[in-house]
Amino acid sequence: MTYTKRLDGRALNELRPMKARTGVIPNADGSAEFIIGKTQAIAAVYGPREMFPKFKQNPRSGILRCFYSMMPFSGSGERIRPGTSRRSQEIALVMTKALEPVVDLSAFPNAVVDVFVEFPQTDAGTRCAAISAAAMALADAGIPMKDMVSAVAVGQVDGTVVADLTYDEEAYDGIVSDIPVAMIHNTKELTLLQMDGEISKAQLMKALQLAKEATEKIYAEQVRALKEKFAPDQRKAGQSEE
Amino acid sequence: MMYNKQSIIELAKQSQRFDGRGFTDYRQPILITTNISKTAEGSARVQIGDTVIMAGVKLAIEKPYNDTPDEGGIMVNVELTPMSNPDFEPGPPGIDAVELARVVDRGIREAKAIDMKKLCLVPGEKAWFVTIDLITVNVAGNLFDAAGLAALAALKSAFFPVCDPETGVIDYKQKTNKALPLLKEPLPVTVFKICGSLFLDVTLEEEKAAEARLTISSDPDGTISALQKGGTAPLTLEDIERMIDLATEKAAFLRKELNRTIA
Repeated sequence: MTYTKRLDGRALNELRPMKARTGVIPNADGSAEFIIGKTQAIAAVYGPREMFPKFKQNPRSGILRCFYSMMPFSGSGERIRPGTSRRSQEIALVMTKALEPVVDLSAFPNAVVDVFVEFPQTDAGTRCAAISAAAMALADAGIPMKDMVSAVAVGQVDGTVVADLTYDEEAYDGIVSDIPVAMIHNTKELTLLQMDGEISKAQLMKALQLAKEATEKIYAEQVRALKEKFAPDQRKAGQSEE
Repeated sequence: MMYNKQSIIELAKQSQRFDGRGFTDYRQPILITTNISKTAEGSARVQIGDTVIMAGVKLAIEKPYNDTPDEGGIMVNVELTPMSNPDFEPGPPGIDAVELARVVDRGIREAKAIDMKKLCLVPGEKAWFVTIDLITVNVAGNLFDAAGLAALAALKSAFFPVCDPETGVIDYKQKTNKALPLLKEPLPVTVFKICGSLFLDVTLEEEKAAEARLTISSDPDGTISALQKGGTAPLTLEDIERMIDLATEKAAFLRKELNRTIA
């Protein structure tokens, strides 16, 4: 085990500084921004609205549809070509699957709820930031939700299990594994699990245990930001009752 | 109350606007923030009223064009994201995005705002190429002015990345203290004609009620570097003269806002 001190000096279980807020896009039905380190996700929710094309409508339930897009200047290297890529399509798919279990759209047959996520700047962990921002934006839009989803990457850098890897850590010269995880707050079930790199079973289970603790910290920031918007209303309502 | 084309025209006849502004007043706030993206060589966020757009400048080394072997180049791209307005759909840029990108491009290119010769590294072989990406965050009218302002703010905040002179490999993680060679500061202002009157900084509702628009890019000395007429109604020479006067006056106002942000 040679990776004992992290490149940016964080403790092994320490996340980068986070900042979340809701209501960042006036046109949207719900929106949120989630910043972790230099990764910044902006999510907008539109809907429930009628699903087009019509043949995609489901008469039994509304449909959740996610879109993931990095702004062309948000990558760590050269400009990224705008438009969808195989990568962005896959991430949109796993985002949708990560959020679906907590979203209840049964009251909106034939409708769609669209979630759009954009990044002005990134430093790894984008799909997790996207999911954390999207979950907040769905809550902000008043979409019926059974629980909250919080996401963060864990992994292993040269034998050491760490939380919230940076781009430099993903590129570390040694065996690295990057494991994006999304967790449902109350049940501690996983709704997103991917990995690239190599890891032993023991290390993987250790990393997933760490993910439990790490997603709790994401959850706390999500709730803080949502309360910041909705708590003042509660206070007002309380005052009027007096 | 909903404001539609009819009510906006009725108000215009009484010299009024539905949000209480004068015809040539910009919405508040006008917010300009630079360096919003650490991964871009230059970047800015511009907000005019509820309209929000982000601009990012990326630099790359490419082979110069055959007809300008000693010059670099620029490219402007606009993404009208489905995030920014319920009417926008995912997919490749439509005609509105293409028009906006080309108008912003012309304003900068034709003003010779960037010293293209200074972008050249080895004539005929290597030169810096500048890409400006404009990404909408919330579209609530007057996107042309916001986009032009964001593009200029991002250019003004751009610095070259470190480049190994031997291998030509760019280290995008490190910036030099060498700024982009800017010669001029052109800004577009769009004047709309609604029921015969001239309006500035229109909202989306007003945009739909407009007969015609003219976007005018101008320098501090009043030199015009791009024009684009839109809308269905024709314009008289008198209209155009008044529109240009308004545009150069308001470009100076926006330039002052910008220079207050970037000292």
